[in-house]
Amino acid sequence: MGNAVVELVRATKKYGTVDALAGVDLSIREGEVVAILGPNGAGKTTAISLMLGLRRPTSGEARLFGRQPTDRWARSRCGVMLQESGVPRLLKVAEAVDLFGSYYPSPIPVARALELAMLADRSGRRIDQLSGGERQRLYYALAICGDPEVLILDEPTVGMDVESRHGFLNHIRDFAADGRRTIVLTTHYIEEADQLAERIIVINHGHVIADAPPADIKARVPGRRVSFTPDRPLTAADFAGLPVEWLDLSGTSVRLLSNHPEDVLIALIQRGIRPGHLEVVGADLEEAFLALTKSVGAAG
Amino acid sequence: MSAIAVRPTRSTPRLAPIGRTLWKQTRAQWRLLLRQPAVSLIAIILPVLLYVLFALPSAHRAYSSNVSMGAYMLASLGAYGVGLIMVFTFGATVAIDRGQKNDLLMRATPLPPAVDIAARASVAIVFAVITLLVLFAVAIFAGVRLQPMTWLAIMATLVIGSLPLLGLGLAVAYLISPNAAVAIVNVIYMLLAFASGFLAPMNQLPNFVQQLAVYLPTYHYAQLAWGAIGVPSENVLVSAAWLVGYAVVFFGIALWAYRRDASRRSG
Repeated sequence: MGNAVVELVRATKKYGTVDALAGVDLSIREGEVVAILGPNGAGKTTAISLMLGLRRPTSGEARLFGRQPTDRWARSRCGVMLQESGVPRLLKVAEAVDLFGSYYPSPIPVARALELAMLADRSGRRIDQLSGGERQRLYYALAICGDPEVLILDEPTVGMDVESRHGFLNHIRDFAADGRRTIVLTTHYIEEADQLAERIIVINHGHVIADAPPADIKARVPGRRVSFTPDRPLTAADFAGLPVEWLDLSGTSVRLLSNHPEDVLIALIQRGIRPGHLEVVGADLEEAFLALTKSVGAAG
Repeated sequence: MSAIAVRPTRSTPRLAPIGRTLWKQTRAQWRLLLRQPAVSLIAIILPVLLYVLFALPSAHRAYSSNVSMGAYMLASLGAYGVGLIMVFTFGATVAIDRGQKNDLLMRATPLPPAVDIAARASVAIVFAVITLLVLFAVAIFAGVRLQPMTWLAIMATLVIGSLPLLGLGLAVAYLISPNAAVAIVNVIYMLLAFASGFLAPMNQLPNFVQQLAVYLPTYHYAQLAWGAIGVPSENVLVSAAWLVGYAVVFFGIALWAYRRDASRRSG
């Protein structure tokens, strides 16, 4: 692998008494496509802000191409999408792309940037007249218009429907296809991280709790939430040996998280337990991270 | 479809030429201004309207032995109009961009902040010149006659002397919460303009205001403007020194507030 492009070294960021990031070490090398995954408030956006020099770490260090992230040379090689920030809404799409291109040493042609962002037919439209998804694609066009070596994207698919999200991620992957561009994006969708990235860094409560290829992470994050009302009170012993990641017996209904809910249910029924009001749904990420954090804690 | 040629320059990173960036940033600022005609028109119309209402009827009367009322009010309202653009049009647009978080994405790009400020300032200065030309035309219509060099002197004095007010607008924009900045800028400028004799002659103001005024940047700005048309006023060098001092203070505060803002913002 090549040189480190983005680095956080024991990076801590406090807001008042809250640790948004608590001593994070990570290094992303040239050509890597990395997803930073975590629930809302986990510290993803804070990590991105430090990488970009939008905020200074309370302690520790952030580096971009081995330099301060505020360094103009470093930033000239970096394209950015932020969650909340945009551009003045009275500019037209092509004008904004042309403007942002002028910040970089060798911008790609405006028409090409719009084509890559699937906005070619919107070039003359004013930004305040774009839909949410179109605006997000404009921000993508602004991120790539400088022909950057690294793309740092904070929740790039916010405001998109499932279908356009999928197509959009494919575009990002194409952009990285030459193997020399580095991509760092945050998301709270594990499927997104899986579709795009070759490495997933999981952050929760300001800590890195996992840093591994998608297959490893997926194996550790339970995919389904099962809940049912048993016909008799159950104890943990009833679940012995079953693939259950997390179990809650405190209420009248039993709740658990598992990657193999069918195995769990077959076993329970074989053990003579009748699951009434049965519900099997996809675990939301908050629950999944609860399980992941606990399993890591238990392992350590 | 996917390929964008990888250039051989990868290993030797370069920077965008500042001239190109400044030109595009300035053009974008003009576009934004012209697409909000209400904002730009008010800045032009307000001083002209005040001139028509208050100066036109008495333009021929003498203010002093060698200066007509029309010329005196031209200098006063010229100062008022240019100050309004520097403090309000310039300062408030910076504050509004900050409030809408339009600045955050630009801050993450290689755009040097000074280039953004220079672009906005150059727009404000050209806009001030246009406002003054309109005001000059109305004054000539009202019968004001001055030497060509005097017209030039008023123009130059009003534009160059307004730089501390540009700093004031910028300082307020970065210092105060964006939601409050527009209102506060309005109040500050109204008080300064009134206390410095832009809207009513100094000698008609309450005594304590007159005593206080000599410490205000706008007072010395107005002194220079009146001096340019021959009204007896403060020593030019003294007023210029005051303005330079205020420029240093205001731009210093703006820089400090910008840095504080940059390290504190969430987003």
